[in-house]
Formats: sequence, structure tokens, C-alpha cells
Amino acid sequence: MRYQYIPKKIGEIQFALLSPDEIRKMSATKIITADTYDDDGFPIEMGLMDPHLGVIEPGLRCKTCGKKVDECPGHFGHIDLALPVIHVGYTKKIKEFLQCTCRSCGRILLPEDKINDVKKKIEQIGNVSLRALELNPIVSEVTSMASSTKVCPHCGEPQKPITLDKPTTFREEGHKITPKEIRERLERVPNEDLILLGMNPEVARPEWMILTVLPVPPVTVRPSITLESGDRSEDDLTHKLVDVLRINQRLQENRDAGAPQLIVEDLWELLQYHITTYFDNQTSGIPPARHRSGRPLKTLAQRLKGKEGRFRSNLSGKRVNFSSRTVISPDPYISINEVGIPKEVAMELTVPVRVNEFNIEYAKKLVLKGPDVHPGANYLIRPDGQRLRITERNKETLAERVDIGWVVERHVVDGDIVLFNRQPSLHRMSMMGHEVRVMSDKTFRLNLPVCPPYNADFDGDEMNLHCLQSEEARAEAKIIMKVQEHILSPRFGGPVIGAIHDHISGIFLLTYRNPMFTREEAYYLLHKTSFKGTLPEPDKVENGVEYWGGKTIFSLLLPKDLNMEYRSSICENCSVCTKEKCEYDAYVVIRNGKLLTGTIDGASIGAFKGKLLERIVRDYGTDEGRRFLDDVTRLAITTISYLGFSTGIDEEDIPPDAQRQIDEVLQNAIKRVDELVEAYKKGLLEQMPGRSMEETLEVEIMRVLGRARDEAGQIAGRYLGLENSAVIMAKSGARGSMLNLSQMSGSIGQQAVRGERIHRGYSDRTLPHFKRGDLGAFARGFVKSSYKKGLTPIEYFFHSMGGREGLVDTAVRTSRSGYMQRRLINALEDLKVSLDRTVRNTSGGIVQFFYGEDGVDPSRSTRGDAVDYDNIIYQVMLKAEEGSK
Amino acid sequence: MEKINVLGHRLVPRHRILSEDEKKELLARYKITERDLPKILISDPMVKAIGANIGDVLEIERISPTAGISYYYRYVVEDKPTF
Repeated sequence: MRYQYIPKKIGEIQFALLSPDEIRKMSATKIITADTYDDDGFPIEMGLMDPHLGVIEPGLRCKTCGKKVDECPGHFGHIDLALPVIHVGYTKKIKEFLQCTCRSCGRILLPEDKINDVKKKIEQIGNVSLRALELNPIVSEVTSMASSTKVCPHCGEPQKPITLDKPTTFREEGHKITPKEIRERLERVPNEDLILLGMNPEVARPEWMILTVLPVPPVTVRPSITLESGDRSEDDLTHKLVDVLRINQRLQENRDAGAPQLIVEDLWELLQYHITTYFDNQTSGIPPARHRSGRPLKTLAQRLKGKEGRFRSNLSGKRVNFSSRTVISPDPYISINEVGIPKEVAMELTVPVRVNEFNIEYAKKLVLKGPDVHPGANYLIRPDGQRLRITERNKETLAERVDIGWVVERHVVDGDIVLFNRQPSLHRMSMMGHEVRVMSDKTFRLNLPVCPPYNADFDGDEMNLHCLQSEEARAEAKIIMKVQEHILSPRFGGPVIGAIHDHISGIFLLTYRNPMFTREEAYYLLHKTSFKGTLPEPDKVENGVEYWGGKTIFSLLLPKDLNMEYRSSICENCSVCTKEKCEYDAYVVIRNGKLLTGTIDGASIGAFKGKLLERIVRDYGTDEGRRFLDDVTRLAITTISYLGFSTGIDEEDIPPDAQRQIDEVLQNAIKRVDELVEAYKKGLLEQMPGRSMEETLEVEIMRVLGRARDEAGQIAGRYLGLENSAVIMAKSGARGSMLNLSQMSGSIGQQAVRGERIHRGYSDRTLPHFKRGDLGAFARGFVKSSYKKGLTPIEYFFHSMGGREGLVDTAVRTSRSGYMQRRLINALEDLKVSLDRTVRNTSGGIVQFFYGEDGVDPSRSTRGDAVDYDNIIYQVMLKAEEGSK
Repeated sequence: MEKINVLGHRLVPRHRILSEDEKKELLARYKITERDLPKILISDPMVKAIGANIGDVLEIERISPTAGISYYYRYVVEDKPTF
């Protein structure tokens, strides 16, 4: 099928109004009865379900075109309205026309010479229908001038102000003008004047904005559904059309019978209401029409508008075939480039393979396997485009028939490239290319370093997978969408994909202070990696036993000519850095692919901050980057499983002596707060510049309490060393922070709402447990306890207040940034960088003359800079040093 | 209110009217017509200050945090249609 497409280019689009004549001309039948089906269940002729309007039941033929369901596109009908009615969609334009044209002669309210000026201006633009962008400002200028004219320059008739009483009532000096009168006035506007008001007289007349005939959409647009009980349920549009017909009929009868003006007017208005709601059931100013159950009807505008409307949900976004979705779970032993997919999924998703003389045997074998054995096939496509389903029963005969030029839809197999995606798709790394690994069990498996770009975890997250169907798509995915191509992020020029959690703890344990391993251990640690070789000379021999250091083992994974120097995550930021001689083993030196000193941790290989990973990807390419990351994470996992690693609440135990110190610090701080409050009450507080006395006090108190918490944390920290698992995780950058730990063992600290101490609640106090006007630490949300010790009820309450604010903030932020993102994407989606490095939109207009003003691709920059001078100088100096030796 | 001279303000980059030849060269360099250039209204304070007319192209010398100095070009267009 898809090889038969004939590409066509849209030359132009023209918008126009449907004239009553046109509506009648395209109508297959006139609709007069409000009923749909008769007692036998057959559609009534000239009713809303007239068989001329198209077919919705299989087997029947359309009375207009003779085609069957799916072939017949459906045909419009029409309703002749007893009296004209305003189309809600055009009220603004109608008002403009009434205001800009004479109430008696219909000419535009501008003097002849002005008219000619404007016409000349419009002629300059050229083809009017193609240049709306330039015509619009002229039209708005014309309307503002014409509508302020008081007397017609053509016939001298004084003009009266026109107001629109929303939604559909027009008034002239307070007197209602009926749609019929409006129509008559608009009819008088001459064709020559229309172009000045932005209407093309070749395709539209203003009086067509007042309806005299209503088109009835084909039944295919509003199919009725038959429930299991055999009852028919009609579409909302049909319901609305029934209302219109009923009132229209009554209006006709009453008018013909010469009923009083009042009754006719009432019915006329009712007809207007029904037609208005038929177009838009959310028109402001009128109650929405409701279903019998009380649910508002979904009429024309509701079908199109908003997130669930036709545009956003069926045209901009579509449901697709060859996709699948299931829960995700981790697998640390597949590559970051891979995705594990359940066998069940692999047998449902297919790749089309065109049969040629080289693969015909292979294709036949696949067909012979059938749909129920894994590397098999589900469908065959004949050269004429006919699809044949392969079943257990026909697979043999079909395999015989397979010939060159046929297409076999075979199951996905290991190595096929697919797209993998997790919503919300906020950046390009939310959809990446993975290689398939067919596995048992029913979840998608992904390697842990790709969690950060997808923002995925395994608490029940689901992800989508799309199987690519064309050679071009597969090539594109392989070259630009593969996971390894996204290790470096365009957001900050560093790695978004990198080691996380246990990987970092593991590699830390391996390299920190260089632990020693025997030959057997060393090979065990490396057995999951791609390392194929023998160990180098041992680092140490003791009692005849050879030992290799963790740093040496790690070095085996590094490129052989790598040279780097940087501080690792555990660096204490001493005032004078001792570099190689760092007493904390925090200064990393790599020479010729050998780790000499320093600890490998988050700052080396972690997601978002891994310097070493970044360098390898940048200097040695994405293939090497992927290999390194796969190997390092495997080595780390093997190490951490071999050595063992666990944590518990007793990690936060501190000696009684330390506890006493912390208590003292906190007690002093609380006392200091009381003193400050005292000083404030006596007016002795020294006011800060630009702050009131109250603010000064608050700032001072916040500072004192903040410092007290930090000090408590420091005291606790002194007793928590790197032999402590929790500290290892915090310092190496694997998970958590020292603040988390000090809150567990020291003190939780001041709780804040909107950046201030908690002060709202009861009058002049936060809780009834305090005296009015108490400004002390505890009365305003200071939590002295630690998480381990437990909170007092009052502390718990304040802590919940602070916690609640955090939750509310995230909820508000996501919805707001989501909307902002939508607006930005809609504004920027068609911009691209052209070959001359200008940024242009689809019409070729220039937005930037040089991409980003410097023409730099941020994902290839070093953290924002186009050239990494520091590194270049470092590498050159190193070379020079070597040369001098 | 005191009238501000936009020419002297430190946040306002230098604007210059391109000569006919420079304009031709610019359009040829990017293979574009005037319509494809970014626009600036004739009512813009800077356009008034340097006395540019409709149809002129301005060269703006911007101080860029990423590139040092970058040049931008804007085509002067009318604000409101006049009859």
C-alpha cells in the first residue's frame, strides 16, 4: 500500500462561507420529520436517519451513491429554517459589518476617496487570499475608522450605535433587531465594499452569516449505537437536530396559522437557542443543553476543542500500531543500549522483510515457524498489497507460496532496533533507540544508568515501545537515537546517563584506599566485564601471595592513553589542596590509563557529574563510552555484592558524649533566641538596613537556629566516618546527603512555610499550647529532635506543615511548567538549523543568524564552553613534561 | 517625565542602518528576501533615534555571553497601515 502513495503538495487553502444555495445543492435530502426510526426499526424517509445520508449498518447500500459501509463517505442533508437565525460563530463579524456599513444604503461608512486609497493599498498586496497576514491590519484599521462614522458619507443617513447582547441578540439604541432585519441589511452591502472589510466577494457574502438553511451532517458523523438490550442510542448531534427540527416545525405552524407575534417571537428565540447550542454547547450566557441524564451534550464545537478534541487528540496525536506497553523492571546485566522485551511482546510486534533472492530461504523458514513459535512471522503481504494472516493451519501452504517481492512480517528478534519511551516526554532523551533482547517474563527490562534520562524507577512505572517499520527509520534510530548517542546531554554538556546508587557505592568500595584482592578475587570481580586478558604485575606480594589493588583492577577498564586529574566527590575542599598526597584519597590522578591516586565515585562516573565518563565519551567516542559504562557498572555491582554492603538506623548512632555536645549547642541556640526576643521587646535590637525590626529579629533567629543545626550536624558528622555505610553513600554521591544524616542523628532544624518561620494558626500564636505573642524557637516551628530520637507532637505538627508545602509546590509546579512547555513547543516546533547554520522557520524566515549566536551544539560543548582550554593546556603540559624526561 | 535617550543606555546595543550595497550583500549571503528577515517596527524607540525609514535594514551589534559579539539584522516595517 505505502509504495503506491502519490505525493501531492498543497498549493493554497481558501476559507469561504457556505451559501444557502450551496447547502441545498450538496444536500442529498431535505429533512422534515424529527423522528429517526419507525416502529419496525427502519429509518424514516426525510427523517434524521434517512438512508440517503449514508450507511452505518454493514450489508446495506447507500441510497445516494450505492456504496457499502466504509466506501460511502456519507452525504449531507438540509433543514429549511422557518425564519433566519444567527450563526453564533460569526456574531463578532456580523457586529463589525453592521457597525461599518450604512443602515439604509448598505455602503461602507467611508468617503469615496478613502475607499479608493484602501483599495489601492490592498491591490499592492497582490493575491488577497494568500496574504491574510498583511490584509488583517488594514481591515482592522478600516473597521475602526468606519465604525466611528456617525453619518453615512454616501446617503447622509445618521447611524445609530449597534450593540451585541451576548450571545446572539443585536440591539440598535436598545431596540432589538431581528435576524431577518440584519440579513436584509447585510444583503444591501455592495460587493465592491466587501474586500475592505476582509471578505472576498467571490466566495462569500455577509448575509450568509445568517442561516436560512441548516446543513445536516451525514449519519456517518453521528452514528447511532445499538446497545446489547437491542435499544438504539442516538448520538448527541442527532438529539440536538431533533430539537431543532421540532421547534422549527412548531414555528412554521404557528406562523402559518397567524399566531400572535409574541408566541412566534418566543419560538424564534427557542430555535435560535437550539441552533446556537448545536454549534457550541458552551456558549457563555446561555445554559448548556443537557441530555436526559443531566449530562451536557457534546455538540460540534465540543468535538473539536480542547485536549480531548479532534485536533489535539486525533490529528496532532494518534494511536499507533506496532507498539506495546508494560511495566518496567531493572536488569543490570544488559547493555545500556538494550531493552529486554517479553517473548509475548516479541511475537506480537513485527518487522516487515521484503523477500529477495538472498533471503527467500530465511523468509520461508520464518513463515513455516508460524505465529506461535518465537522467531516466526505473523503476516504475509502479497505484491498486490493483500495481507495474509499466517496461522498454524495455513503456514505450510503459505511458505510454499512465498516468492520474491513478497513481504514477510517477522517477529522482532535480538538486535532489532526499537524506540523506547516514558511519559511525560519532556526532552529528546525521553525517547531513545534500544536493541531488542527477547527474554522470559512479562516486563520490559532496562539497565539502570538509563533511568535518569527517562526519569524512571521501578515502583510500577510503565513504558512504551515502538517497533520501527522502515529501513530509513531504523537507520535514523541507530545513528542518532541510540542510547549511547545521548550520554552527553544538550542541557548542560555533561552526561545524563551514568552510574547511579549502588554502582557508585560499589566503585567507591573498590577504589577507596586501594583494597587488595588475590588473583582469584580479582578475576572474579572482572568476570562480568568485557575485560579479556591477564592481570598485570601484582601490586604487592605478601607471604608468597600476590595481591592486586582495587585501583589496578579498575584501571583495566580505562583506555590505555587516558590522562586526567580532578577532585572526586569525597573531597573535603581543604584550603590548601595537597593533590596527589591527599590524605582523604580524594584527588584522582590517571596516567596512561592507570588510576594512580584518588577514589572513583559519583564525580567520576555518576549521572550528571561524572567527569571521567564524560571525557571517555567525548574523546574516545560513544561506542567506547557505552562499553566503559557497561563495564564499570558491572564491575561495581560485582564488587559490592562480593564485599557486602548494608545500612540501618544504627548507622546514625552517636556516642553519648556527642549527644551531650549536640544538646548543649541546641540549648544555647534556643537561649540565644530568647535573648534576641527579649532584646527586640526592649527595643535594643540593632536594626538591619532595609528591614523592619520584626524582619531583623526573624532573620537573626533563622540564622542562629540554622547555624545550630549545622553545628549539631557537624558534631554528629565527626563521629560518622567513612567506615559507615550511610556516610559512604552520602559522600560518594550515591544517595542521600550529609544533611539527611545530620537530621537523622543531630537535629531536624527549623521548619519553614513560604521561607519564613511558621507563624500562622491561632490569633497571635501557632498553636494553643503557647502563650500569645511567644516568639521563641519552639513556638515558631523549631524541631530540636532528630528523626532517630523522634519528634514531640508539636514538632510533628510543624514538620507536617513544612512537608505539606513541599508537596503542594511540586503539584503546582508540574502543572504550570507543563503548560509552559506546551506553549513553548507550539511556538518553536517548526524551527530548525539550516545548512548555513541559521535558525529558520518553515517559510524560510530567519530567527537567528547563527545558531545560539555562537553556533555551538551544547551537547558537544564542555559544560557550555565550545573549547575546553583547561584540558588542552593540561594535556600539552603533560606531553611537555614527558618530553623533558 | 524626563525623556530618555535610548542611544546612551548601556542595555541598548549599537544599531546601524545598512547601506544599499550592504543590504544587497546580506540578502545574497543568506539567499533571502527582505520578507524573511526579522522585523522591527518603525515606532521602535531605537528606530526613531537613529532615523531609519521603512525598508531599511538595521545591523545590531549585540554583546553575547556565548559568542562575544554577534550581529543581528532587522528589517524596518510600518506599524499601522496608513491611508
